[in-house]
Order: sequence, then C-alpha cells, then structure tokens
Amino acid sequence: MNNYTKTVLESGVRFDGRKLDEFKKPIIIELGISKNAEGSAKVTWGETEVAVGIKMNVGTPYPDSPDKGVLITGAELAPMSSPDFETGPPGQQAIELARVVDRGIRESNMIDTKKLCIKEGELVWTVFLDIYILNDSGNLIDAAALAAVAALSNTVFPKLEGNQIKFGEFTKNKLPINLLPITSTAVKIGNKILVDPSLDEEKAIDARITVAVSEKGDIHAMQKGGSVGLTIDEVDQMIDLAIKKSKELRKLIK
Amino acid sequence: MSYTKRPDGRKFDETREIEAKVGIIKRADGSAMFRIGKTIALAAVYGPKELYPAFMQKSTTGILRCYYDMMSFSVTERKRPGPTRRSNEISMVTRDALLPVLDLSKFQNTVVDIFINVIQADAGTRCAGICAAAMALADAGIPMKDLVSSVSVGKVGDKIVVDLDKTEEDYEEGATDLPLAFMPGTGKVTLLQLDGNMSKDEIKKALEMGKKACEGIYKVQKEALKARYKK
Repeated sequence: MNNYTKTVLESGVRFDGRKLDEFKKPIIIELGISKNAEGSAKVTWGETEVAVGIKMNVGTPYPDSPDKGVLITGAELAPMSSPDFETGPPGQQAIELARVVDRGIRESNMIDTKKLCIKEGELVWTVFLDIYILNDSGNLIDAAALAAVAALSNTVFPKLEGNQIKFGEFTKNKLPINLLPITSTAVKIGNKILVDPSLDEEKAIDARITVAVSEKGDIHAMQKGGSVGLTIDEVDQMIDLAIKKSKELRKLIK
Repeated sequence: MSYTKRPDGRKFDETREIEAKVGIIKRADGSAMFRIGKTIALAAVYGPKELYPAFMQKSTTGILRCYYDMMSFSVTERKRPGPTRRSNEISMVTRDALLPVLDLSKFQNTVVDIFINVIQADAGTRCAGICAAAMALADAGIPMKDLVSSVSVGKVGDKIVVDLDKTEEDYEEGATDLPLAFMPGTGKVTLLQLDGNMSKDEIKKALEMGKKACEGIYKVQKEALKARYKK
C-alpha cells in the first residue's frame, strides 16, 4: 500500500483529489465544549476530531523560574479514536504530540507566564492543557495545536479565595496572551512534498517537518519526524510550505 | 425541611433535556453521543475482532470489554488522565449492564471493545455512558436482543427524584444516588447501585420512576438510531 501511495503521488495525484498543498475540508473550530473547563475547544479537520481542555490550579513555581506560571501539556490518543490505539499510559506518539504542541506554545511565549505569578517563589498559576483525540483521520499534530491555541485564547481564570481555587466558579479575566503561534506540518512522500496527509499517506511518510510560527513569521519550534534524511534544500522547501499554510490556519483563529 | 423545588424547576419525575446522536466517530465500527442536561458522554465500539493474548479467548463466545473514562477537563477540579479505581468499577458495571442484551455466541474467540469518554460532567455520567454505549453497539451491528436505557434516580432531602444533577447530588441535607439501567423490551434491571440512605419502600418507588424515565430515554435512543440510516 505504501509503495502504491508513493507511485500514485509521484504522478501528482492524491487519492482524495486534493492538490499537494491543499488542506482537507472542513476545518472548524468550536469553542466551549466543556462548561467545567476554564477553556476548551474542538477542532474538526476533515474527519479528524480533537478536543482540548484547559484546567487551571495554583501551585509552587519551578525553582529556576520563581516568578512564572507553569504550563503542563498532555495528550491521549484515546483508543476510541482509532483501531490502532490501545488502552494504557500515553505511548511515544502521544508524548511527541503533546511535546510538539507544548513547545509551540511555550517557546513563542504565547502565554504571558509572568502575569501568572501570584507570589514570587511561592504561588503561581498552573495551566493544564489536555489533548484528547476523538477521531484520528490524519494530521493530528496540526489539528491538536490549532485546538490548543483556540482553547487557550478563550481561557478565563477560575475564582481564587486566599490560596484556594473555588472549583467550578470562573472570573471574566482572560488568560494573558502575547501572541498566537500556529503549528503547521509539511511531509515528504517519495519525491513529493505536501501538507495535511490522509491516513493512507501518513503510513507512507518518509519525513515530516513541523514548525510553530508567529504572525511575524518567526519560527519558535521545529520537529522533524520520519526515518528518511532530507537535503538542506528540501528542509527549506518544507519550511516554506509549512509557513505558507500556517497563514491559512491563522485566519481561522482570529 | 421538605425538598419542594428542584434547582432547575423540573418535576420530581422529569429528566433533563436529552439529545442523542449516532455515528459520531468515523473510524469506529459504531459510535454515539448521549447528552442529558449538561452531562455529555461519547461511546465508540470496535469489533468483533480477534482477541490477543489467545488465552483470553473463549471458544464458545465472543467477549465484551468496557472502558469508561472522564476527560481531565470534564469536571470542575481537574481529573488526572488515566484510569482510577472509580473508572475501573464503572467500566465493570457498565459491561454487566450491557451484556444481557448482547448475543456474541456467533463470534467465538473474538472481543468487542467499548470505549466511553465523558466530555462534560454534571452527574449521571455512568448512565449517560451506558445509553451512548448501547446505541454504539447497535450502530456497530452487534446482534442485540434489546437496547439498554439508563438513568439515575435517588432521593434529595425527603423527595424521590429522577435524574439528579450535580447540585442535587451535593444537596446539603443529604442526597442518595441510585443509578439504574433497564432493558426496555423486558423491563428487566441490568444496573443497580446505591449510595446514601433510602428505605425499601422508597427504593421500590424510585425503581418504578426510573423505569418510566428509561422508557422516555429509549424513545430518544431509538429515534437517534433511525436518524442515522435516514438520508
């Protein structure tokens, strides 16, 4: 099947009729999918569906950043979302997914973590970002990152009394956001470079490059995946394509 | 003090608003969403498929496995991802609530997996999960003798009520939670639990009220299943 995917792609055709640089349709962002979350969003991307929820709590800061809040990102490739996923603790794919999404948010300083400091060295806000894949029909990283950024930018603080959270009660204060990073992936299959692989294409991927890019065009995180080497020229082309496509995604989130 | 009025103005034998949808997870063999008030549960069914390790296989029938879980952000205080003692127990009673309607005898050595996930919790999540799972099993085309409909009944203050929400479960003067499931065709009980304090007479009354509520839920489930194949 993988060889077949490659042969067909080499003739410039995708099984689903898309152009190489064309996203699946539709891409829909739904906000506020759980009233108990401080922020939440669901992204439907083609048939892929990802839910992200934000929960906040207070805790002690890390010793090396006593005046900054904490972001903790997790991902579950819920076995409900694909016959290929199994029950049990997150495996390598889930951990990579969470870490790549996390890095785009963290390294771009999307969240103004200094504003999450309550008392330096003692008490800061902790932001828990949890990703749940509901249906895996390919391109999970881009879909999850989009849902994560959408959820964070619609997150409000819970009520705080003294040093205790009043669970289930929310303020109207929004989480302080500096900028919106968009995470976008280009993949190489055979001699073609394309975006938004389908499930069949995903199985045939030779290499992928994911970038997290700001509105200014700065790249804040990168991840190469796949077990085939790339020339510098190919890396260049893939980053260009990923940045170009990130602009389309940015329009959806504004 | 008598409990005279429910926080959302419902009658004592009235459920919250119910919504059901079948076929929501494309990659699953069967799937469904069930919402009751603000509680939302999703269920996906995979199988029958070969069961490994082989020593778990049964040569006389297929087996059913159930996994109930809540998303970390479905509750007011974040739940750590992954199974807990609570979710393990609910997975077990859910399986037992569904098994009586299934006929897996033609699927020897195989397994049917049900995954239930709660997106938003406002009490009654195991019941919502069972309702969703029953529809997902039907959607997957698993041979079934009946559907399963489930609701929680209980006692808030001095009143027997149907479908407690979180506010009622947390009622200061005490609340009793009695999750139930029925096979609507035969009227038999397949899930029965209780936490709190009720007399035997009260339980009998609660069971009757729960059965009636399940008949209403069954209608919604059936409509959702029909809607899936209407085009």
